[in-house]
Amino acid sequence: MTAARATATILGKELRLEFRARELLTITVVFALVIVVLFSFAFDPTAGESRRYGPGLLWIAFLFAGSLMLNPSFAREQSNQTLDALRMAPISPFAILAGKMLANLIFLAIAEIILVPVFAVLYNISLAGVVGRLALVLLLGTVGLVVTGTVFSAVASHARMRELLLPLLLLPLLAPLLTAAVEATAALFAEQPALDRAWLAFLAGFDIVFLTAAWLLSDYLLEE
Amino acid sequence: MKTRAAITAIIAVLIFAAGYAALFIAPDEATMHEIQRVFYFHIALWTGMYTAIGLAFVGNVAWLITRQARWDWLGVSSVEVAVMCCTGGLITGVLWGKPAWGIWWTWDARLTTCFILWMLYISYLVLRGLIDEPQRRATLSAIFGIFAFLDAPLVYAANRLWRTQHPAPVLFGGPDSGLAPMILWVMLFCMAAIVCATLLVLTDRYRLERMRHELEELRFAVDLRAHQPANFATKESQ
Amino acid sequence: MPHATLGISFDGVEKRFGSFLALRGVTLAIAPGEFVALLGANGAGKTTLLRIAAKLSTPTKGTVSLFGGSAGIHPDERASASRGALAPALSSDAAKSAIGMVAHNTLLYDELTAAENLNFFARLYALENPRVHDALAAAGLASRSASLVRTFSRGMRQRLAIARALLHSPRMLLLDEPAAGLDRQGLVWLGDTLARLRDQGVTVIMSTHARNESLDLATRAVSLADGRVQRDSGSGGDPRPLLTELRAEA
Repeated sequence: MTAARATATILGKELRLEFRARELLTITVVFALVIVVLFSFAFDPTAGESRRYGPGLLWIAFLFAGSLMLNPSFAREQSNQTLDALRMAPISPFAILAGKMLANLIFLAIAEIILVPVFAVLYNISLAGVVGRLALVLLLGTVGLVVTGTVFSAVASHARMRELLLPLLLLPLLAPLLTAAVEATAALFAEQPALDRAWLAFLAGFDIVFLTAAWLLSDYLLEE
Repeated sequence: MKTRAAITAIIAVLIFAAGYAALFIAPDEATMHEIQRVFYFHIALWTGMYTAIGLAFVGNVAWLITRQARWDWLGVSSVEVAVMCCTGGLITGVLWGKPAWGIWWTWDARLTTCFILWMLYISYLVLRGLIDEPQRRATLSAIFGIFAFLDAPLVYAANRLWRTQHPAPVLFGGPDSGLAPMILWVMLFCMAAIVCATLLVLTDRYRLERMRHELEELRFAVDLRAHQPANFATKESQ
Repeated sequence: MPHATLGISFDGVEKRFGSFLALRGVTLAIAPGEFVALLGANGAGKTTLLRIAAKLSTPTKGTVSLFGGSAGIHPDERASASRGALAPALSSDAAKSAIGMVAHNTLLYDELTAAENLNFFARLYALENPRVHDALAAAGLASRSASLVRTFSRGMRQRLAIARALLHSPRMLLLDEPAAGLDRQGLVWLGDTLARLRDQGVTVIMSTHARNESLDLATRAVSLADGRVQRDSGSGGDPRPLLTELRAEA
């Protein structure tokens, strides 16, 4: 059983489970939306301010909603101990992890596809001409969130108070990712939209570092 | 026992000497005068913190590879000491910042990294507190510790990159901007004193963890004896 | 393709959870093809031992090794070394493909249908021709193959769990109190299935703490108490005296 096939099988299972229930997706989108809307009650953004604070708001909404959404990734496998079934199968622990990471990436991507246009409308930011590049920034940022978040979901699933623990573990770690993603997004929302290669490279570097760490530590993460 | 007392005494003397040096021997700094002296301890505490974090990383990796309990003890002791040093570093940073530049805080690379590491390692300790089973606690906190350690350079790099795009007045003259020799000596002396004190506290904490473990083992051995059926030969687990 | 047979040996296996020692030095060699009834009260260590055999858990001390009766199954990597050093569970894919387990929990996804569950695991085990429908029919679940497991009764879930464990034709089957929750029909099916497996030379280790007709199939009885092997009818011996004692208690 190749790792790729195992990952794809698990990805398929995760997608099937989620699309049947659609609970996670709904809650993630709604929660992120609430944050975005709430901001407009706290501040009264003019067009100029929207351009300045918008990217930060968007990414904070994603990080918070994401860190809530990532928790069930492993917590869900505990009700019938299905994680044991996965561990008994002739697949590598990293395949289990990667399958879940990809699933989480897809869920968050869907949430982002819904949220970004809504955000653009609410804050009067034009996305014309930057959609492709914005998608790239969103992708790189979300990969970082999903890689670290899925690993920490596995860590937190063995601890008490896991719903509160996961954000506590994850959000400080993602501070540099937040900076990079916000700066890259801001560059795209500017008067002269431009793709900031330095920040993109940073995001890619972040993703690679933690994906590698996850790969090296996956055996230890799932052992008992 | 006596050696420990002696070493503790020596380090205590070192700390006092460092304090004296910082307050009275170091020359008066041109722009910031007295307040600048906090700088000696500020830098020293960071040195202590980074030393502790490095040791924590070693402990984390070594635990995962060898599964010997003492690496877990090293991990938790180092992180606790690192958090202590970091708290001190942050407080002295604030104490320095306000009188010197009129601001409590600035998001420069070093301070930001320190702050994020502070939060990360507090999270490490919170995580440990929420897992009861010792093996699993050690393994999972080791994994988190490794991630936290890898994050540190990323935080620093992100901040530096941000600074190149949003330049701000450089507030830290710091050690790189050509110090008078006396200042440098005092600073190094303070660093050495604090690092020694850090290591002393770390070893104490390590011993505490080892004693806890030994207490567990004793309890466990008593339990083992209680379950010894008469016709089985005793086989001590130690 | 004729499959090899699989035996397992435990050597001084200890498993510790914090200050609780679940297994206190279990040394046991189970030959290929044996049908072992693992007896003992709750808390004796039966589940822990089975989990270690299934490679879900690694011993704190001691070693576990699988060995094959003929070519095709390689001796498994040793699970741990001396001085209590723990290595991450080394997975030999061949070993994992050859072991099946029916556990305390169902190990099934409630929000998938019966067929989806089996298909999923069939893919994980890289089965080319899983015959999911036949498996469901044999378990008496054909009519509910498209129903979510969430809607199943306890007995039905247990039957599905057993079907799932057998799907990849394991050479060693581990069962942790499999009769729990099964109705009359299910028990008959379990007995027939186990008899068939025994005839095929599959090694079976079944734990139970109560009466269970399938115990008649056992070729060996091993009882655990307090994390140790207390009595063992032996590889060639007669398990019935031990089993009778058990029945008397229950």
